[in-house]
Amino acid sequence: MLDMTRGHLPKAAGVGFKPQHYTDILADPGAVNWLEIHAENYMGDGGRPLAQLRALSERFPISVHGVGLSIGGADPLDQDHLARLKHLVGWLNPASFSEHLAWSSHGGTYFNDLLPLPYTAETLARVADHIDEVQEVLGRRLLLENPSVYVGFDETDMEETDFLTELVRRTGCGLLLDINNVFVSCTNQARDPREYLSRFPLTAVGEVHLGGHDEDEDLDGMPLLIDAHGSEVVDPVWTLYTETIARMGPKPTLIEWDTNVPDWDMLEAEAFRAARVLAGVRA
Amino acid sequence: MTWAESLLAPARMPKGLKGPGATPPTRRFDVYRNNVMSSLVNALRDGFPVIHRLVGEAFFAGLATEYVREHPPTSPCVVRYGDSFSDFIAGFPPAASVPYLADMARLEYALRQAYHAADVMPVEASEFERPDLAEAKLHLAPAVSVVRSSWPIYDIWRANLDRSKPARLAGAQSVLITRPDWDPVAEPVSAEEAGFVTRLATEPLAIAARNLPDLAPILTRLMLRKSITAVEALS
Repeated sequence: MLDMTRGHLPKAAGVGFKPQHYTDILADPGAVNWLEIHAENYMGDGGRPLAQLRALSERFPISVHGVGLSIGGADPLDQDHLARLKHLVGWLNPASFSEHLAWSSHGGTYFNDLLPLPYTAETLARVADHIDEVQEVLGRRLLLENPSVYVGFDETDMEETDFLTELVRRTGCGLLLDINNVFVSCTNQARDPREYLSRFPLTAVGEVHLGGHDEDEDLDGMPLLIDAHGSEVVDPVWTLYTETIARMGPKPTLIEWDTNVPDWDMLEAEAFRAARVLAGVRA
Repeated sequence: MTWAESLLAPARMPKGLKGPGATPPTRRFDVYRNNVMSSLVNALRDGFPVIHRLVGEAFFAGLATEYVREHPPTSPCVVRYGDSFSDFIAGFPPAASVPYLADMARLEYALRQAYHAADVMPVEASEFERPDLAEAKLHLAPAVSVVRSSWPIYDIWRANLDRSKPARLAGAQSVLITRPDWDPVAEPVSAEEAGFVTRLATEPLAIAARNLPDLAPILTRLMLRKSITAVEALS
Protein backbone atom coordinates (compact mmCIF):
# COMPACT_ATOMS: atom_id res chain seq x y z
CA MET A 1 0.00 0.00 0.00
CA LEU A 2 1.06 3.55 -0.58
CA ASP A 3 2.21 5.49 2.43
CA MET A 4 -0.16 8.42 2.73
CA THR A 5 1.08 9.64 6.10
CA ARG A 6 3.85 11.95 4.89
CA GLY A 7 3.67 15.72 5.11
CA HIS A 8 1.73 17.70 2.56
CA LEU A 9 2.53 20.87 0.70
CA PRO A 10 0.86 23.85 2.39
CA LYS A 11 -2.12 25.39 0.61
CA ALA A 12 0.03 28.43 0.02
CA ALA A 13 2.34 29.93 -2.61
CA GLY A 14 5.67 28.38 -3.61
CA VAL A 15 8.27 28.95 -6.31
CA GLY A 16 10.61 26.84 -8.40
CA PHE A 17 13.98 27.05 -6.64
CA LYS A 18 16.85 28.63 -8.57
CA PRO A 19 20.34 28.52 -7.01
CA GLN A 20 20.88 32.26 -7.62
CA HIS A 21 18.05 32.96 -5.14
CA TYR A 22 19.48 30.80 -2.36
CA THR A 23 20.71 33.58 -0.07
CA ASP A 24 17.63 35.77 -0.66
CA ILE A 25 15.23 32.93 0.14
CA LEU A 26 16.92 32.14 3.43
CA ALA A 27 17.12 35.83 4.36
CA ASP A 28 13.49 36.68 3.62
CA PRO A 29 11.17 34.23 1.85
CA GLY A 30 8.27 36.74 1.93
CA ALA A 31 5.13 35.17 0.46
CA VAL A 32 6.96 31.96 -0.46
CA ASN A 33 6.04 29.06 1.82
CA TRP A 34 7.47 26.10 -0.08
CA LEU A 35 9.88 25.27 -2.89
CA GLU A 36 9.92 22.96 -5.87
CA ILE A 37 13.03 21.46 -7.44
CA HIS A 38 13.60 19.57 -10.67
CA ALA A 39 14.63 16.08 -9.59
CA GLU A 40 17.22 15.69 -12.35
CA ASN A 41 19.26 18.67 -11.09
CA TYR A 42 19.85 16.89 -7.77
CA MET A 43 21.10 13.53 -8.98
CA GLY A 44 24.80 14.29 -8.67
CA ASP A 45 26.79 12.51 -5.97
CA GLY A 46 27.28 15.57 -3.77
CA GLY A 47 28.56 19.13 -3.85
CA ARG A 48 26.80 22.44 -3.45
CA PRO A 49 23.47 21.52 -5.13
CA LEU A 50 22.75 18.75 -2.63
CA ALA A 51 24.08 20.79 0.32
CA GLN A 52 21.76 23.68 -0.59
CA LEU A 53 18.82 21.31 -0.98
CA ARG A 54 19.49 19.75 2.44
CA ALA A 55 19.60 23.21 4.04
CA LEU A 56 16.43 24.37 2.27
CA SER A 57 14.57 21.21 3.26
CA GLU A 58 15.16 22.06 6.91
CA ARG A 59 13.26 25.35 6.44
CA PHE A 60 10.70 24.66 3.71
CA PRO A 61 8.43 21.87 2.51
CA ILE A 62 9.95 20.64 -0.77
CA SER A 63 8.19 19.36 -3.86
CA VAL A 64 10.26 17.12 -6.14
CA HIS A 65 9.19 17.63 -9.75
CA GLY A 66 10.58 15.11 -12.22
CA VAL A 67 11.08 16.08 -15.85
CA GLY A 68 12.87 13.00 -17.19
CA LEU A 69 10.93 9.85 -16.35
CA SER A 70 9.11 9.67 -19.69
CA ILE A 71 5.92 8.27 -18.16
CA GLY A 72 4.06 8.89 -21.41
CA GLY A 73 6.66 7.05 -23.49
CA ALA A 74 6.30 3.84 -25.47
CA ASP A 75 9.47 2.34 -23.96
CA PRO A 76 9.61 0.70 -20.53
CA LEU A 77 10.58 3.11 -17.74
CA ASP A 78 14.33 3.67 -17.36
CA GLN A 79 15.11 1.54 -14.29
CA ASP A 80 18.36 3.39 -13.55
CA HIS A 81 16.48 6.67 -13.53
CA LEU A 82 13.71 5.29 -11.37
CA ALA A 83 16.38 4.09 -8.90
CA ARG A 84 17.92 7.61 -8.85
CA LEU A 85 14.48 9.07 -8.11
CA LYS A 86 13.93 6.54 -5.35
CA HIS A 87 17.26 7.51 -3.82
CA LEU A 88 16.46 11.25 -3.95
CA VAL A 89 12.92 10.85 -2.62
CA GLY A 90 14.28 8.45 0.01
CA TRP A 91 16.80 10.78 1.65
CA LEU A 92 14.88 14.03 1.09
CA ASN A 93 11.42 12.70 2.04
CA PRO A 94 9.75 15.58 0.16
CA ALA A 95 6.19 16.74 0.77
CA SER A 96 5.24 15.89 -2.81
CA PHE A 97 6.48 14.15 -5.95
CA SER A 98 5.17 15.00 -9.40
CA GLU A 99 5.86 14.14 -13.03
CA HIS A 100 4.37 14.85 -16.45
CA LEU A 101 1.88 13.34 -18.86
CA ALA A 102 4.55 13.39 -21.57
CA TRP A 103 7.52 11.45 -22.88
CA SER A 104 11.15 12.51 -23.15
CA SER A 105 13.14 9.34 -23.94
CA HIS A 106 12.90 6.87 -26.79
CA GLY A 107 15.23 4.11 -27.92
CA GLY A 108 17.91 5.14 -25.44
CA THR A 109 17.96 8.82 -26.44
CA TYR A 110 16.90 11.50 -23.97
CA PHE A 111 15.36 14.51 -25.72
CA ASN A 112 15.27 16.95 -22.76
CA ASP A 113 11.76 18.13 -23.65
CA LEU A 114 8.22 17.17 -22.64
CA LEU A 115 6.81 15.56 -25.78
CA PRO A 116 3.12 14.79 -26.39
CA LEU A 117 1.31 11.50 -26.82
CA PRO A 118 -1.97 10.55 -28.49
CA TYR A 119 -4.83 9.75 -26.13
CA THR A 120 -6.16 6.26 -26.89
CA ALA A 121 -7.12 3.12 -24.96
CA GLU A 122 -3.65 1.75 -25.70
CA THR A 123 -1.70 4.77 -24.41
CA LEU A 124 -4.01 4.99 -21.41
CA ALA A 125 -3.19 1.41 -20.38
CA ARG A 126 0.53 2.01 -20.84
CA VAL A 127 0.62 5.29 -18.89
CA ALA A 128 -1.45 3.70 -16.11
CA ASP A 129 1.06 0.84 -15.90
CA HIS A 130 3.94 3.32 -15.73
CA ILE A 131 2.24 5.31 -12.95
CA ASP A 132 1.56 2.09 -11.01
CA GLU A 133 5.23 1.18 -11.34
CA VAL A 134 6.47 4.61 -10.19
CA GLN A 135 4.10 4.68 -7.21
CA GLU A 136 5.11 1.15 -6.28
CA VAL A 137 8.86 1.86 -6.46
CA LEU A 138 8.70 5.23 -4.72
CA GLY A 139 6.12 4.06 -2.20
CA ARG A 140 4.12 7.23 -2.53
CA ARG A 141 1.40 8.88 -4.57
CA LEU A 142 2.45 10.73 -7.69
CA LEU A 143 0.89 13.94 -8.99
CA LEU A 144 0.67 13.91 -12.79
CA GLU A 145 0.83 17.23 -14.65
CA ASN A 146 -1.31 18.10 -17.67
CA PRO A 147 0.98 19.05 -20.60
CA SER A 148 1.37 22.04 -22.89
CA VAL A 149 0.76 20.80 -26.41
CA TYR A 150 1.46 22.34 -29.80
CA VAL A 151 0.07 19.66 -32.15
CA GLY A 152 -2.84 17.25 -32.13
CA PHE A 153 -2.79 13.56 -33.19
CA ASP A 154 -5.15 12.01 -35.76
CA GLU A 155 -5.08 8.88 -33.56
CA THR A 156 -6.41 10.60 -30.44
CA ASP A 157 -9.94 9.47 -29.61
CA MET A 158 -10.16 10.58 -25.96
CA GLU A 159 -10.33 14.02 -24.41
CA GLU A 160 -7.26 14.86 -22.32
CA THR A 161 -9.51 15.51 -19.31
CA ASP A 162 -11.14 12.06 -19.70
CA PHE A 163 -7.68 10.51 -20.08
CA LEU A 164 -6.53 12.14 -16.82
CA THR A 165 -9.77 11.24 -15.01
CA GLU A 166 -9.36 7.61 -16.01
CA LEU A 167 -5.68 7.58 -14.92
CA VAL A 168 -6.72 8.85 -11.49
CA ARG A 169 -9.40 6.17 -11.25
CA ARG A 170 -7.09 3.33 -12.32
CA THR A 171 -3.92 4.28 -10.41
CA GLY A 172 -5.01 6.43 -7.48
CA CYS A 173 -2.53 9.11 -8.59
CA GLY A 174 -3.25 12.79 -8.01
CA LEU A 175 -3.00 15.60 -10.53
CA LEU A 176 -0.87 18.69 -10.86
CA LEU A 177 -3.05 21.24 -12.64
CA ASP A 178 -0.89 23.63 -14.68
CA ILE A 179 -3.25 26.45 -15.59
CA ASN A 180 -0.77 28.07 -17.94
CA ASN A 181 -0.54 24.72 -19.77
CA VAL A 182 -4.35 24.64 -20.01
CA PHE A 183 -4.32 28.15 -21.51
CA VAL A 184 -1.44 27.31 -23.90
CA SER A 185 -2.90 23.97 -25.06
CA CYS A 186 -6.45 25.24 -25.48
CA THR A 187 -5.33 28.36 -27.36
CA ASN A 188 -3.12 26.21 -29.60
CA GLN A 189 -6.05 23.91 -30.39
CA ALA A 190 -8.60 26.74 -30.80
CA ARG A 191 -10.52 25.49 -27.77
CA ASP A 192 -12.04 27.19 -24.76
CA PRO A 193 -9.92 26.79 -21.59
CA ARG A 194 -13.01 27.28 -19.38
CA GLU A 195 -14.70 24.35 -21.08
CA TYR A 196 -11.52 22.27 -20.48
CA LEU A 197 -11.40 23.30 -16.82
CA SER A 198 -15.10 22.49 -16.39
CA ARG A 199 -14.25 18.87 -17.33
CA PHE A 200 -11.04 18.64 -15.28
CA PRO A 201 -11.24 16.29 -12.25
CA LEU A 202 -10.53 19.01 -9.68
CA THR A 203 -11.00 16.73 -6.69
CA ALA A 204 -7.72 14.95 -7.62
CA VAL A 205 -5.67 18.17 -7.79
CA GLY A 206 -2.85 18.29 -5.24
CA GLU A 207 -0.93 21.22 -6.67
CA VAL A 208 -1.32 24.07 -9.17
CA HIS A 209 1.35 25.49 -11.48
CA LEU A 210 1.37 29.00 -12.92
CA GLY A 211 3.98 30.26 -15.37
CA GLY A 212 4.60 32.50 -18.34
CA HIS A 213 4.53 31.66 -22.05
CA ASP A 214 5.74 33.14 -25.33
CA GLU A 215 3.42 34.14 -28.19
CA ASP A 216 3.94 33.16 -31.82
CA GLU A 217 1.76 32.26 -34.84
CA ASP A 218 1.50 29.18 -37.03
CA LEU A 219 1.53 29.16 -40.85
CA ASP A 220 -2.24 29.87 -40.91
CA GLY A 221 -1.70 32.97 -38.77
CA MET A 222 -3.35 31.27 -35.81
CA PRO A 223 -1.92 31.84 -32.33
CA LEU A 224 0.86 29.47 -31.27
CA LEU A 225 1.69 29.84 -27.58
CA ILE A 226 4.93 28.34 -26.30
CA ASP A 227 5.32 27.21 -22.69
CA ALA A 228 8.64 28.98 -22.09
CA HIS A 229 8.49 29.75 -18.32
CA GLY A 230 10.47 32.89 -19.05
CA SER A 231 8.07 35.70 -18.12
CA GLU A 232 5.27 36.79 -15.81
CA VAL A 233 1.97 34.92 -15.64
CA VAL A 234 -0.44 36.66 -18.04
CA ASP A 235 -3.74 38.17 -16.85
CA PRO A 236 -6.04 35.62 -18.58
CA VAL A 237 -4.19 32.83 -16.72
CA TRP A 238 -4.59 34.71 -13.41
CA THR A 239 -8.32 34.98 -14.13
CA LEU A 240 -8.62 31.24 -14.87
CA TYR A 241 -6.63 30.55 -11.70
CA THR A 242 -8.88 32.75 -9.56
CA GLU A 243 -12.01 31.09 -10.99
CA THR A 244 -10.59 27.61 -10.45
CA ILE A 245 -9.50 28.29 -6.87
CA ALA A 246 -13.00 29.63 -6.19
CA ARG A 247 -14.41 26.29 -7.43
CA MET A 248 -11.99 23.85 -5.77
CA GLY A 249 -10.71 25.79 -2.75
CA PRO A 250 -7.10 26.72 -1.99
CA LYS A 251 -4.34 24.43 -3.32
CA PRO A 252 -0.54 24.59 -3.09
CA THR A 253 0.35 26.95 -5.95
CA LEU A 254 3.73 27.23 -7.65
CA ILE A 255 5.17 30.02 -9.76
CA GLU A 256 7.47 28.49 -12.43
CA TRP A 257 10.11 30.76 -13.91
CA ASP A 258 12.91 28.72 -15.50
CA THR A 259 14.43 30.92 -18.22
CA ASN A 260 15.38 34.62 -18.04
CA VAL A 261 15.11 34.06 -14.29
CA PRO A 262 14.23 37.38 -12.57
CA ASP A 263 15.64 38.70 -9.33
CA TRP A 264 14.12 37.37 -6.12
CA ASP A 265 11.86 40.37 -5.49
CA MET A 266 10.11 39.97 -8.83
CA LEU A 267 9.61 36.23 -8.36
CA GLU A 268 8.37 36.76 -4.80
CA ALA A 269 5.90 39.36 -6.11
CA GLU A 270 4.37 36.71 -8.41
CA ALA A 271 4.10 34.34 -5.46
CA PHE A 272 2.48 37.13 -3.43
CA ARG A 273 -0.11 37.57 -6.16
CA ALA A 274 -0.97 33.86 -5.96
CA ALA A 275 -1.08 34.09 -2.15
CA ARG A 276 -3.64 36.90 -2.42
CA VAL A 277 -5.86 34.76 -4.63
CA LEU A 278 -5.53 31.87 -2.17
CA ALA A 279 -6.52 34.23 0.64
CA GLY A 280 -9.69 35.01 -1.29
CA VAL A 281 -8.67 38.48 -2.40
CA ARG A 282 -9.24 39.36 -6.05
CA ALA A 283 -5.94 39.18 -7.97
CA MET B 1 9.35 9.09 -40.09
CA THR B 2 8.93 8.75 -36.31
CA TRP B 3 9.08 11.49 -33.68
CA ALA B 4 12.43 10.21 -32.45
CA GLU B 5 13.88 10.44 -35.98
CA SER B 6 12.35 13.82 -36.76
CA LEU B 7 13.31 15.62 -33.57
CA LEU B 8 17.07 15.67 -34.04
CA ALA B 9 17.30 15.66 -37.84
CA PRO B 10 16.15 18.40 -40.18
CA ALA B 11 13.86 15.79 -41.66
CA ARG B 12 10.15 15.62 -42.37
CA MET B 13 7.52 15.95 -39.71
CA PRO B 14 6.02 12.68 -38.40
CA LYS B 15 2.73 11.60 -39.96
CA GLY B 16 -0.63 11.85 -38.25
CA LEU B 17 -0.30 15.32 -36.69
CA LYS B 18 -2.79 18.14 -36.95
CA GLY B 19 -3.34 21.73 -35.95
CA PRO B 20 -6.55 23.72 -35.73
CA GLY B 21 -6.06 25.25 -39.22
CA ALA B 22 -5.89 23.89 -42.75
CA THR B 23 -2.10 23.88 -43.20
CA PRO B 24 0.00 20.90 -42.00
CA PRO B 25 1.31 21.85 -38.54
CA THR B 26 5.00 21.94 -39.46
CA ARG B 27 5.53 25.16 -37.52
CA ARG B 28 3.92 23.58 -34.48
CA PHE B 29 6.06 20.48 -34.73
CA ASP B 30 9.10 22.74 -35.06
CA VAL B 31 8.40 24.07 -31.54
CA TYR B 32 9.32 20.61 -30.21
CA ARG B 33 12.29 20.29 -32.53
CA ASN B 34 13.57 23.73 -31.47
CA ASN B 35 12.98 23.02 -27.77
CA VAL B 36 14.96 19.78 -27.96
CA MET B 37 17.90 21.28 -29.82
CA SER B 38 18.06 24.63 -28.03
CA SER B 39 17.75 23.08 -24.56
CA LEU B 40 20.65 20.72 -25.26
CA VAL B 41 22.82 23.37 -26.95
CA ASN B 42 22.12 25.59 -23.91
CA ALA B 43 23.18 22.76 -21.60
CA LEU B 44 26.48 22.49 -23.50
CA ARG B 45 26.94 26.28 -23.46
CA ASP B 46 26.43 26.28 -19.68
CA GLY B 47 28.73 23.30 -19.26
CA PHE B 48 31.56 24.54 -21.50
CA PRO B 49 31.67 28.33 -20.98
CA VAL B 50 35.35 28.69 -21.91
CA ILE B 51 34.91 26.75 -25.16
CA HIS B 52 32.01 29.09 -25.91
CA ARG B 53 34.13 32.18 -25.29
CA LEU B 54 37.08 30.82 -27.25
CA VAL B 55 35.12 30.09 -30.43
CA GLY B 56 32.24 32.59 -30.19
CA GLU B 57 28.49 32.04 -30.27
CA ALA B 58 28.05 31.28 -33.98
CA PHE B 59 30.77 28.64 -34.14
CA PHE B 60 29.73 27.17 -30.79
CA ALA B 61 26.10 26.84 -31.90
CA GLY B 62 27.19 24.98 -35.04
CA LEU B 63 29.58 22.73 -33.14
CA ALA B 64 27.09 21.96 -30.37
CA THR B 65 24.24 21.30 -32.84
CA GLU B 66 26.36 18.76 -34.70
CA TYR B 67 27.37 17.14 -31.41
CA VAL B 68 23.75 16.90 -30.19
CA ARG B 69 22.72 15.30 -33.50
CA GLU B 70 25.49 12.71 -33.36
CA HIS B 71 25.67 12.20 -29.60
CA PRO B 72 22.32 13.04 -28.00
CA PRO B 73 22.06 12.40 -24.25
CA THR B 74 21.33 8.85 -23.17
CA SER B 75 20.23 9.83 -19.64
CA PRO B 76 17.96 12.50 -18.14
CA CYS B 77 20.88 13.62 -15.95
CA VAL B 78 21.95 16.51 -18.13
CA VAL B 79 24.64 17.50 -15.59
CA ARG B 80 26.60 14.53 -16.97
CA TYR B 81 25.98 15.40 -20.62
CA GLY B 82 29.02 16.19 -22.76
CA ASP B 83 31.43 13.45 -21.63
CA SER B 84 32.32 12.78 -25.28
CA PHE B 85 32.34 16.45 -26.37
CA SER B 86 36.14 16.54 -26.20
CA ASP B 87 36.54 13.52 -28.50
CA PHE B 88 33.96 14.97 -30.85
CA ILE B 89 35.83 18.28 -31.02
CA ALA B 90 39.10 16.44 -31.72
CA GLY B 91 37.46 14.89 -34.80
CA PHE B 92 35.57 18.01 -35.92
CA PRO B 93 37.54 19.43 -38.90
CA PRO B 94 36.29 23.05 -38.59
CA ALA B 95 37.78 23.15 -35.06
CA ALA B 96 41.25 22.05 -36.22
CA SER B 97 42.56 25.64 -36.23
CA VAL B 98 42.14 25.74 -32.42
CA PRO B 99 44.23 22.69 -31.55
CA TYR B 100 43.82 22.94 -27.77
CA LEU B 101 40.02 23.04 -27.91
CA ALA B 102 39.52 19.32 -27.24
CA ASP B 103 41.76 19.47 -24.15
CA MET B 104 39.85 22.53 -22.93
CA ALA B 105 36.62 20.52 -23.20
CA ARG B 106 38.19 17.77 -21.08
CA LEU B 107 39.22 20.35 -18.48
CA GLU B 108 35.77 21.94 -18.36
CA TYR B 109 34.01 18.57 -18.15
CA ALA B 110 36.32 17.50 -15.30
CA LEU B 111 35.54 20.73 -13.43
CA ARG B 112 31.80 20.13 -13.82
CA GLN B 113 32.08 16.55 -12.57
CA ALA B 114 34.16 17.75 -9.62
CA TYR B 115 31.34 20.19 -8.76
CA HIS B 116 28.87 17.30 -8.51
CA ALA B 117 31.26 14.76 -6.94
CA ALA B 118 30.49 13.12 -3.61
CA ASP B 119 31.29 14.97 -0.37
CA VAL B 120 34.06 13.35 1.64
CA MET B 121 36.02 13.97 4.84
CA PRO B 122 39.77 14.55 4.44
CA VAL B 123 42.14 12.57 6.67
CA GLU B 124 43.71 14.18 9.74
CA ALA B 125 47.21 15.64 9.24
CA SER B 126 48.54 13.16 11.81
CA GLU B 127 47.97 10.35 9.28
CA PHE B 128 50.98 11.65 7.35
CA GLU B 129 53.26 10.98 10.31
CA ARG B 130 52.63 7.23 10.17
CA PRO B 131 55.85 5.21 9.94
CA ASP B 132 54.35 3.01 7.19
CA LEU B 133 53.29 5.99 5.05
CA ALA B 134 55.63 5.14 2.16
CA GLU B 135 54.08 1.71 1.75
CA ALA B 136 50.51 2.94 2.27
CA LYS B 137 47.95 3.65 -0.42
CA LEU B 138 46.43 7.14 -0.44
CA HIS B 139 42.74 7.41 -1.32
CA LEU B 140 41.81 10.57 -3.17
CA ALA B 141 38.49 12.41 -3.08
CA PRO B 142 36.19 11.58 -6.03
CA ALA B 143 36.45 15.21 -7.17
CA VAL B 144 40.19 14.85 -7.87
CA SER B 145 41.36 14.46 -11.45
CA VAL B 146 44.22 15.45 -13.71
CA VAL B 147 44.06 16.86 -17.23
CA ARG B 148 47.26 16.65 -19.28
CA SER B 149 47.71 18.63 -22.46
CA SER B 150 50.43 19.37 -25.00
CA TRP B 151 49.17 22.96 -24.83
CA PRO B 152 49.35 25.51 -21.99
CA ILE B 153 45.78 24.59 -21.18
CA TYR B 154 45.72 26.09 -17.69
CA ASP B 155 47.09 29.46 -18.88
CA ILE B 156 44.51 29.61 -21.67
CA TRP B 157 41.66 28.62 -19.33
CA ARG B 158 42.74 31.15 -16.67
CA ALA B 159 43.12 33.95 -19.23
CA ASN B 160 39.59 33.28 -20.48
CA LEU B 161 38.17 33.58 -16.98
CA ASP B 162 40.06 36.85 -16.47
CA ARG B 163 39.24 38.07 -20.01
CA SER B 164 42.98 38.58 -20.54
CA LYS B 165 45.43 37.15 -23.06
CA PRO B 166 47.36 34.00 -22.13
CA ALA B 167 51.08 34.61 -21.63
CA ARG B 168 51.93 31.88 -24.10
CA LEU B 169 50.28 29.60 -26.60
CA ALA B 170 52.90 26.86 -26.73
CA GLY B 171 54.25 24.31 -24.29
CA ALA B 172 52.65 21.38 -22.48
CA GLN B 173 50.80 21.84 -19.21
CA SER B 174 49.04 19.60 -16.72
CA VAL B 175 46.17 20.67 -14.49
CA LEU B 176 45.14 19.28 -11.11
CA ILE B 177 41.44 19.54 -10.30
CA THR B 178 40.25 19.33 -6.69
CA ARG B 179 37.26 20.51 -4.65
CA PRO B 180 38.28 21.61 -1.15
CA ASP B 181 34.74 22.76 -0.30
CA TRP B 182 32.02 23.51 -2.86
CA ASP B 183 33.92 25.19 -5.69
CA PRO B 184 36.29 23.15 -7.84
CA VAL B 185 39.87 24.42 -8.03
CA ALA B 186 42.10 24.05 -11.11
CA GLU B 187 45.82 24.65 -10.76
CA PRO B 188 48.86 23.86 -12.87
CA VAL B 189 51.14 21.03 -11.75
CA SER B 190 54.26 19.51 -13.29
CA ALA B 191 53.97 16.52 -15.63
CA GLU B 192 55.65 14.38 -12.94
CA GLU B 193 53.15 15.53 -10.31
CA ALA B 194 50.26 14.81 -12.68
CA GLY B 195 51.62 11.32 -13.26
CA PHE B 196 51.98 10.83 -9.52
CA VAL B 197 48.35 11.78 -8.84
CA THR B 198 47.17 9.43 -11.57
CA ARG B 199 49.29 6.55 -10.23
CA LEU B 200 48.00 7.00 -6.69
CA ALA B 201 44.82 5.30 -7.86
CA THR B 202 46.64 1.97 -8.10
CA GLU B 203 50.06 2.25 -6.49
CA PRO B 204 51.37 2.79 -2.95
CA LEU B 205 52.79 6.20 -2.17
CA ALA B 206 56.53 5.50 -2.59
CA ILE B 207 56.09 3.65 -5.86
CA ALA B 208 53.69 6.26 -7.28
CA ALA B 209 56.24 8.94 -6.36
CA ARG B 210 59.23 7.23 -8.03
CA ASN B 211 59.64 9.88 -10.76
CA LEU B 212 59.08 12.87 -8.46
CA PRO B 213 62.12 14.99 -7.60
CA ASP B 214 60.28 16.27 -4.51
CA LEU B 215 57.15 14.71 -3.05
CA ALA B 216 56.41 17.43 -0.50
CA PRO B 217 54.86 20.16 -2.73
CA ILE B 218 52.22 17.97 -4.37
CA LEU B 219 51.43 16.06 -1.17
CA THR B 220 51.00 19.34 0.72
CA ARG B 221 48.80 20.66 -2.05
CA LEU B 222 46.56 17.59 -1.98
CA MET B 223 46.29 17.93 1.82
CA LEU B 224 45.46 21.64 1.66
CA ARG B 225 42.82 20.91 -1.00
CA LYS B 226 41.22 18.34 1.37
CA SER B 227 41.75 15.74 -1.31
CA ILE B 228 43.19 12.78 0.62
CA THR B 229 40.42 10.79 2.24
CA ALA B 230 42.26 7.76 3.64
CA VAL B 231 45.73 6.35 4.21
CA GLU B 232 45.40 2.61 3.81
CA ALA B 233 48.15 0.30 5.06
CA LEU B 234 48.75 -2.43 2.50
CA SER B 235 50.79 -4.80 4.64
